[in-house]
Amino acid sequence: MMSSIVVTDSILAIDIGSITTRAALFDVVGSRYRFIATGTAPTTAAPPFSDVREGVNRAIYRLQEITGRTLLGSDASLLIPVQPDGSGVDKLVVTLSAGPNIRVVAVGLLENVSLDSARNLAKTTYTTVVENISLNDRRKQDARIDAILRARPDLIIVAGGIDGGAEHSVSNLLEAVGLACYLMPRSQRPQVLYAGNSSVQQAVENAIASITDLHIAPNIRPSITSEQLTPAQVQLSRIFKNIRSQQMYGVMDFDQWAEGRMLPSATAFGRIIRFLSHIYDPKKGVLGVDIGASSVSVAAAIKGKLALRVFPQLGLGGQIQQVLEYMPLEQITRWLPEDFVPDDVRSYLHNKAAYPASLPATREELFIEQAVARQILRLAVQKTMSSLPFEMKSAGHNIVPWSEPILASGSVLSQAPTPGQSLLVLLDGLQPTGVTTIVLDQNNLLASLGAAAEANPLLVVQILESHAFLNLGTVIAPVGVARARVPVLRLRATFEDGTESKHEIKFGSIEVIPLPQGKEAQLHLQPLHRFDVGMGGPGRGGRVKVVGGALGIVIDARGRPIQIPSDPERRREAMQRWHWTLGN
Amino acid sequence: MLAPVVQITPLTQIRRHRELPIPGNIVVRQGQKVEARDVIAEAHLEPEHILLNIARSLHVSPEKADDLIQRAAGEFVTQDDLIAGPTGFPKRVVRAPRSGRVVVAGDGLVLLQANTAPYELKAGMPGTVTDLIPDRGAVIETTGALVQGVWGNGRSEFGMMQVKLDNPEDQLQKDMLDVSLRGAIVLGGYCDDPQVFKKAAEIPLRGLILVSMSAAMIPHAQKTTFPIMVLEGFGFHPLNAIGYNILATNNGREISLNAEHIDHYKGVRPEIVIPLDAGHTPNDASLVVEDFAPGQQVRIIKAPYAGKTGNITALSQEPLKFPSGIRAPGAYITLSDNEDIKVPLANLEKVI
Repeated sequence: MMSSIVVTDSILAIDIGSITTRAALFDVVGSRYRFIATGTAPTTAAPPFSDVREGVNRAIYRLQEITGRTLLGSDASLLIPVQPDGSGVDKLVVTLSAGPNIRVVAVGLLENVSLDSARNLAKTTYTTVVENISLNDRRKQDARIDAILRARPDLIIVAGGIDGGAEHSVSNLLEAVGLACYLMPRSQRPQVLYAGNSSVQQAVENAIASITDLHIAPNIRPSITSEQLTPAQVQLSRIFKNIRSQQMYGVMDFDQWAEGRMLPSATAFGRIIRFLSHIYDPKKGVLGVDIGASSVSVAAAIKGKLALRVFPQLGLGGQIQQVLEYMPLEQITRWLPEDFVPDDVRSYLHNKAAYPASLPATREELFIEQAVARQILRLAVQKTMSSLPFEMKSAGHNIVPWSEPILASGSVLSQAPTPGQSLLVLLDGLQPTGVTTIVLDQNNLLASLGAAAEANPLLVVQILESHAFLNLGTVIAPVGVARARVPVLRLRATFEDGTESKHEIKFGSIEVIPLPQGKEAQLHLQPLHRFDVGMGGPGRGGRVKVVGGALGIVIDARGRPIQIPSDPERRREAMQRWHWTLGN
Repeated sequence: MLAPVVQITPLTQIRRHRELPIPGNIVVRQGQKVEARDVIAEAHLEPEHILLNIARSLHVSPEKADDLIQRAAGEFVTQDDLIAGPTGFPKRVVRAPRSGRVVVAGDGLVLLQANTAPYELKAGMPGTVTDLIPDRGAVIETTGALVQGVWGNGRSEFGMMQVKLDNPEDQLQKDMLDVSLRGAIVLGGYCDDPQVFKKAAEIPLRGLILVSMSAAMIPHAQKTTFPIMVLEGFGFHPLNAIGYNILATNNGREISLNAEHIDHYKGVRPEIVIPLDAGHTPNDASLVVEDFAPGQQVRIIKAPYAGKTGNITALSQEPLKFPSGIRAPGAYITLSDNEDIKVPLANLEKVI
């Protein structure tokens, strides 16, 4: 897809992560928008600064050094818009993921209906649900009040009842919320987001608005069978900013400079995936994963319908040791290509939690970190399956849906020593299916582009078409199960120079067909034994045009889910073979 | 790049903010001398409320109930005190089910906050209250040695330190603990035996400082009633030379062991404070924020040199490649034993 310049605004995108603050500059070069460079600095949300501005200024200074372009004035304030001498930028967008998890009390009428929806809404940003209150919990009103007080929430999400449904019960729950808020010192009162029965909104305003900050959003559970989180997510983003402004100095300043466009990084990440779903194949969805230090985000969208889940308990930084609360250690160690003492792996996780910004300097530590990344990706994607848009189809239960493309972001991927390592982490963790392109966000730009999409969609399209992203390769992953070394796919590749190559892919293997970046090839796929490559059903094949990437064409015939040998020795051999095949 | 800091210092000024997690009452005054176990503030972290539905109990409307409520918000009541009524025949009344304070009265309801024992925030180290933090706590200041660690089980104590570490690579065995250590805070080496904690509880010790610990011991350490702090990390690590010298030379002194949970956003980490009378007020080096630079003393926090200390000789201008294959900004370092190595900047802490 080619697109031309309509507006010529340069954009500075600031992303304030829990470890690193990035300042990325986008501007017109020639006749197209380009990603110019990124300056980075440690985030300064924590003491001794406790002010994100220091980290942002350092990142911008670094960007100035790299580009030679002046962005900050003599008083260290950002020069907006571009000055006559070419210094400054036209627009600023800001994304933020730094900060402790927002403590949420979820309130709903019924445990498996509106309370579920309140929790689902909370899971679209950086929250921990610390208390649940519903009519099912059978606690007396005073016990509910005490539960809220003890939870010390930053936010209470109330999702009471379907539209036109029970009003008295909603009022009953709101009484506990209102009294609990009233009993807190004014400076400690949580924000309240009401996203329930719309006919009760006025009563909610009367009961809560005079006590604490009340936000009202459309009902997230308008009927028993439908859930609509998107409108409430807009309110949630605003609340996120309010809470972060109270927790960290400098957040409000940047939001003002960005004309109120500051977004939670995960929200911006979801926005770019939704944006792309309008551009790519409407029969398949777009899948995005972001493995950060403080969380993992999974976004999936098709024809503009987005499912976004944020997993603050699964980050690779200060909470990495918490993965052991969600999975046994063996789930991680099974991905290691060498023999490790389990306690060494456990120790690595706890040491990393103490020093979340540290890097794996030895091979062994890198293996462990990548093994954890695989498993948390696996867990995050599996937990997202139930909330995917129903239009996204897959080859079976708990199988990742057909997607094109898959975008992946996060330092564990962008800092991997080789593209093959990044790709193997993604293949093992995501276990994509069918024919798909895997794109690495090597400059960690996706969230920033999501924030910029509203201000300048053209910039977003052109940056995505540029070399700012690394196409790791076209992946062909037939779905099915067979005995090891049984042929499951015949493939004929016709290259641009007219040459052909034929391949018979055996179950349990990964095969690579080199195809450089920018080159195309026509593939003819013929799955065997009713394996499914997403071309209309099991056993059905066909032709598909693919583009080259860092690894070319990668055929992952290890089955879905991947069949990992149970014997430790054979498992390690398989791991080493897969590493070796992808050039690691 | 900004240099994160670890304080392992024989003498410094130490200022610590001690704050309640929620607003409460401060019970010290500015300039007051405090001991480690002195309470400086208190709050009700686990409040208990009792909601009395006066209208329902008296069989009247909420409006009528409001006229019958005999207590106003803010009033203290003892158990069985009259709250509302009398009304009707026979006379109906509502009495306080427990002692406490009326916090809400109206709309036919009375909400009573029952008296419960407040959470007491302790000073954590002997010193002087230099500032009060309104409704939250106080700033305590002292001088002394300071050794920070990487993990704590969330408990604090004050007591005499007994060093059971002949060299930085020692391991702490249960037979190294005996009744002569009763009431002491013991410094030991690497520990991977849960029986050590059991023995420490039996004696009992007042606290335990471990150079390093098996990660499998964490669940056991979290269950102990005394503080446990880990200085270097999980898995076997010897104690860094600077920390060893400070702790060994202060054997037998009273120390504050604040084995707090590490909190990156609050800048809190577990630490040992050894109050010392310096005769003067040394500078608080933690207030100086610097980038990494040649000449700085640093501690390495990751394999293969975890726990070692040395000096930066140069910073690389370009990213360096490390054995993992990762490329990152790095520093050239001469270790205490004169070995020259290179380390990612992300794996260093400046020692002050």
